[in-house]
Amino acid sequence: MDDLAGAVFLLLWLLVVIGLPIAFIITGRIREKNHFEDIARREAIHRNFPVIDLSFLPAGMTGSRGTLVTGQVVIASDYLKNFFAQYRQIFGGEMKSYQTMMQRAKAEARLRMIEEARKLGAVAVINVRFETSQIGQARGKSAAMSEVLCYGTAVMT
Amino acid sequence: MIVVNTETIPGHRIIALKGLVQGNTIRAKHLGRDIGAGLKNLVGGELTAYTELLTESRRQAMERMMAQAQQLGANAVVNVRFTTSSVAAGAAELYAYGTAVTVEPVA
Repeated sequence: MDDLAGAVFLLLWLLVVIGLPIAFIITGRIREKNHFEDIARREAIHRNFPVIDLSFLPAGMTGSRGTLVTGQVVIASDYLKNFFAQYRQIFGGEMKSYQTMMQRAKAEARLRMIEEARKLGAVAVINVRFETSQIGQARGKSAAMSEVLCYGTAVMT
Repeated sequence: MIVVNTETIPGHRIIALKGLVQGNTIRAKHLGRDIGAGLKNLVGGELTAYTELLTESRRQAMERMMAQAQQLGANAVVNVRFTTSSVAAGAAELYAYGTAVTVEPVA
């Protein structure tokens, strides 16, 4: 009877210690993949829409009105990324997991800005700027949260 | 009020400079959102509740900036910049600043 209880307990313990993190990694990966697909799909829609960081319109375009448009995202890394990142910091080099995280966030912020501009009937977005800041840490552990803001001037004809 | 982050406004001419205007707000996250965010930290990804909170806060900072511009008799703010900084654990400052100007449409 004690053996059975012990085995059940061991099994549960393994499930929690190994199973849960694996489940979280898989969920995170799936969500990341879906998000990249979503970004690619939305980028294809806006491919011919000029979004530039110059402060004037491209030659041949004219505008009569302008307004500020913004797009923002707050993203978090996860505990496992942080855990592996700690080991990466021993040897240095590119931190791939953080790189894809920031890439997603920047693309998402930019797309939100573009979508806002298109809703306003803009012909282009000029003077685009990106701003990233760390806005604090989640309770307890050091899972960092970052904010990405993308803003620019939407120009209407 | 026209607000842009370029130095000029398309189709408009700046006729008077009114000076620098600014608006800021410091927001703390609240517990309910924090618990949700804590759970989200397990898988990573976007924290929608925080995105909304910051969007709303940034709008407030901008409104304060625009109110100041209005007080100066301006009808537009050009060259707007945003900054965000963490002032304490769990509190973020959102700051918007720009130059208040009077503009008129180019005939």
